[in-house]
Amino acid sequence: MIKTAEALNKWKQTLINERAYRLELKICAGTSCISSDADLIVEMFEKKVAEHGLNCEIEVVKTGCFGFCGQGPILKIEPDNVTYVRVKLADVETIFNEHLLNGRKVYDLMYKNRDDEDPAESEAGMAFYQKQLRIALRNCGEINPEKIEDYVRNDGYKALADVLEQNDPEALIKTMRDSGLRGRGGGGFPTGLKWQFTRASKSDEKYVICNADEGDPGAFMDRSILEGDPHSVIEAMIINGFAIGASNGLIYIRAEYGLATRRLFTALQQARDKGLLGENILGSGFDFDIEVKLGAGAFVCGEETALIHSMEGHRGEPTTKPPFPSEVGFRGKPSNVNNVETYANIPEILNKGAEWFKSIGTRHSNGTKVFALAGNIRNIGLVEVPMGTTFEEIIYDIGGGIPGGKDIKAVQIGGPSGGVITKDKLDTPIDYDSLQEVGAMMGSGGMIIMDEDTDMVEISKFYLDFTQDESCGKCTPCRIGTKRMFEILERLTDMEGTPYDLELLETLSKNVQSASLCGLGQSAPNPVLSTMKFYRNEYEDYAHRRKKTAYSIDPEKCIGCTKCKRVCPVDCIDGKVREVHVITESKCIACGACYDACPVDAIVRP
Amino acid sequence: MKETVTDIKDLDKELLGKLDEHIATLDLTRKEESLIPTLYKAQELFGYLPHNLQWHIARQLDLPSAHVNGVVTFYSFFSEEPMGKYTISVCMGTACFVKGADKVLDKILKLTGTQPNEMSEDGLFTVKDVRCIGACGLAPVLTINEKVYGNVTPDDMDEIIESYRKGAADDKDS
Ligand SMILES: Cc1cc2nc3c(=O)[nH]c(=O)nc-3n(C[C@H](O)[C@H](O)[C@H](O)COP(=O)(O)O)c2cc1C
Ligand code: FES
Repeated sequence: MIKTAEALNKWKQTLINERAYRLELKICAGTSCISSDADLIVEMFEKKVAEHGLNCEIEVVKTGCFGFCGQGPILKIEPDNVTYVRVKLADVETIFNEHLLNGRKVYDLMYKNRDDEDPAESEAGMAFYQKQLRIALRNCGEINPEKIEDYVRNDGYKALADVLEQNDPEALIKTMRDSGLRGRGGGGFPTGLKWQFTRASKSDEKYVICNADEGDPGAFMDRSILEGDPHSVIEAMIINGFAIGASNGLIYIRAEYGLATRRLFTALQQARDKGLLGENILGSGFDFDIEVKLGAGAFVCGEETALIHSMEGHRGEPTTKPPFPSEVGFRGKPSNVNNVETYANIPEILNKGAEWFKSIGTRHSNGTKVFALAGNIRNIGLVEVPMGTTFEEIIYDIGGGIPGGKDIKAVQIGGPSGGVITKDKLDTPIDYDSLQEVGAMMGSGGMIIMDEDTDMVEISKFYLDFTQDESCGKCTPCRIGTKRMFEILERLTDMEGTPYDLELLETLSKNVQSASLCGLGQSAPNPVLSTMKFYRNEYEDYAHRRKKTAYSIDPEKCIGCTKCKRVCPVDCIDGKVREVHVITESKCIACGACYDACPVDAIVRP
Repeated sequence: MKETVTDIKDLDKELLGKLDEHIATLDLTRKEESLIPTLYKAQELFGYLPHNLQWHIARQLDLPSAHVNGVVTFYSFFSEEPMGKYTISVCMGTACFVKGADKVLDKILKLTGTQPNEMSEDGLFTVKDVRCIGACGLAPVLTINEKVYGNVTPDDMDEIIESYRKGAADDKDS
């Protein structure tokens, strides 16, 4: 039990001094890497270390996500500062014998920024990390998330101890306001202001709620934080409770996030055992405890009022605001809802000061934002960049550009509520206001890169399929409107549409936008409107039914290898060996099998 | 319309006993808040939530059965239909979709001879399309029960499905 701030500090010093390992082996054990056998790799290293009696010299640390998921499993060796990527079971032997026993680095397992470049030994040399600044993700990949000791060693719970010692909630809220931190869950509401409102609501009971429902299909930063650094969220929630005068916290987490949930439970128990959670925290007289509530699979439950209804055991349907949760929330009491990433920033802000945080980013958007970079991009993963970084920097410097020598077409940001950034706007700095200016929004952090072959009508159909499926059905514009919109898009892509459909789609979009009850419906038409604005010609090609839907072969390039003919599932390709092949376009089902099979890029996409 | 069975005599007594034990541990002063955790437990025990089980839960928690059914049907995690031994969840999140997850799904449906969310005739598989499971780096991704498979292609599926069929047959033999 840690009873005072001083005792906490002492414990931290002991933990630092006790650390006498010659080498530390950090291996990512996030969901993505585990599916590539990361846990087996950990076991093999542990076994080898034990066999050689090196337990006191080498520590094997199972960490959270390093962010570079596309190159996983990743292994980092410290203090040698060497990073190995795409480590396979068969590589364990090599790394152990060469590097750990003999101190020889294994260059073949290092990352190369370009195929013709020398391998990069450490993160510093990897373009993926160079423009990143990790605040919310500061501990992910650094510490073992299942050990509170690791967190405490890295200044964990120090911010909490300081806050309790100062015992001045008003000053704490002022620091939060001064820092300029805005909500990372999508809305971008100033966090300090929200705390102030909830503090001002008079009530015998209040609640602190952490939104870990992460609904955007294509975003996974909240999960990575909970898997890689659960204590930072717990610490911030306790601080939040102290600021607004609440003694109960709740975390609403997606049912699919099994590993994150287990790590949270572990972390909560450790914090309780150490007296950092529960009654009389650090001897301050302040009580606070946290309960975990499991979601049950509904996107709309990420919306705060729906989330609260779901926690109360109802259907997760939203209600109109006001009243805001800060006035009437869980069990009818004032509640402060913040997102996981928002919370993860807070201990660091308090440790380093509001000024420090404010100096990062742009004028009205301070600090960093985590993005899940995916789609047609070389480096897939989680990246955290200062606000104001441009799309170009993320895509080309961090992301390594578009694979397959293709050109970029657009970037989708903000998920099902967001919009597209066109190729000519890639120099837009990413902050709340600049994004709004170009007709997009920050959203929760999904960033999908789309190459020149992407069909924008299909993309907006994909997002609309999602929102109409997830519409809770409470209000008519969203329930029926999104369905009709989806039908129009389907009609278009089935080549059964007319030019009038485009007008209809636009009007309907605007109506759904203005008449829906909650943010889900209000923002559902965004992907459609934004793609219609910038890629109108693609919609028109469908509406006038002149869109080509079959693949064809470029006779100049075809070498007659017969590969395409062999993979075609409907036998619509004809041709003899070493002669030009032809696709019967009326029979083609546009499955793309031939495109992938062709060794000389002779297949032309529709 | 399917007939609604309200009689609980078909339900496994032992499992029902376990469920009641669980309910007994709950704080029923907040019975509504206890509902979702109870449904979780019930689905874990029975595999799915047939109507008579929902009735039973409604009586035990003293809630209107319409409320219970309303909650069960709202959340995609709860199922009113029996589920196969293996649940194959194919991610249809953005990253996976862009990388051709739909073709993988089609192939799986063909191999198992089912439609999404229906159990296959042999009781082995239920195939679902799900939202992003947070492993976009491995797109396209699917999970079979808890195991994650990344970078899958339609062709990989023959072998994967077959290995589960074999696994199930071996389980039976032993
Ligand atoms: C349809 C819809 C879905 C949302 N999904 C999420 C979500 O998954 N995670 C989240 O943190 N916020 C989500 N939000 C935003 C929340 O309502 C709320 O603004 C947020 O949790 C507040 O925390 P923050 O200020 O720290 O961002 C969603 C909003 C809407 C309208
Ligand atoms: S989109 Fe499939 S794992 Fe994220």
